[in-house]
Amino acid sequence: MAEKFDKQSSLDFVYDFYVKMKKNNINLAYEGEITHQITKAFTSLAENNMTLENDPSSVQKKVFHVMVECLQNISKHAEVRINETTTTDGRGIFLVSKDDEEYNITTGNLIKSDKVNGLRKMLENINNLDPEGLKQLYKQQMREGRLSPKGGAGLGFIDIARKTGEKLVYSFLEIDEENSFFVLTSTVSRKNNLISE
Amino acid sequence: MEVIKIAGTDDTPQVTLDAKTPFMEISGRSLPEDVVAFYDPILTWLDEYAEKPLPKTVFNFKLEYFNTASSKLLLDILLKLEDIHDDGKEVLVRWHFPDDDEDMEEAGEEYADIVEVPFEQVSYSID
Repeated sequence: MAEKFDKQSSLDFVYDFYVKMKKNNINLAYEGEITHQITKAFTSLAENNMTLENDPSSVQKKVFHVMVECLQNISKHAEVRINETTTTDGRGIFLVSKDDEEYNITTGNLIKSDKVNGLRKMLENINNLDPEGLKQLYKQQMREGRLSPKGGAGLGFIDIARKTGEKLVYSFLEIDEENSFFVLTSTVSRKNNLISE
Repeated sequence: MEVIKIAGTDDTPQVTLDAKTPFMEISGRSLPEDVVAFYDPILTWLDEYAEKPLPKTVFNFKLEYFNTASSKLLLDILLKLEDIHDDGKEVLVRWHFPDDDEDMEEAGEEYADIVEVPFEQVSYSID
């Protein structure tokens, strides 16, 4: 941000960025505030694309679920610099990539470093559970958990793990003593795993 | 009691609550921007209804999709229905799910495990 805007290198950057997106099969990339309108726009865009691609409805529903929970995680939990009077929706980076096998939904956002350990423990715990364990944890959290002031139910990560049937892939990058960057990738297989079909 | 009739949108469900008919329904999609603001009037209505419920209440859930924040509020609705049932009134929860949607079927089973209220799973096909 502090660097002076250089038009020529900006052009190079755009092409470089484009090539990298293509190489990584990324078909949606966004950085900014995650509002409810953004969530609706991205999910409906994804739904339209998946319908065009003839993805099975079970896959479409899972991708929809995961996208909503990931985007809401950012809007509710990402660290935002707020002044005394205004709060804003959280911001972060949101990527969707797709190949023949799977969809990958990736989010990245700033969190306070003192929250890293708690979050890491929660994610490790989820990854160590089998489907039955996840189901019990979900039920327990639904019964005992309380909605946060921003409307978070503490169920998003458990739901993502259950809906995808895959382990959550994540990392924490320490930026400085106070701030860290949290990246989470969720994978939805494009194979229809319904037994009936 | 006033009748609650909310038209569905692409992120909020259709809701019908009428104290004169034993038929109540919540259907469609639920991912409201502010879940508490959306569900609060519904829960308040049920509190009031619970004071003088009909001899039999049938509550239909016919949701296509709900987010995790909504799932907590749906449980709150079910817990209120459980209270009415505990007071000796007849209550039936009918959980409708598309016949190809295992996740929605399982969500119904889980709610049925948590709340102690007569619970019926109803599958339907969409073509």
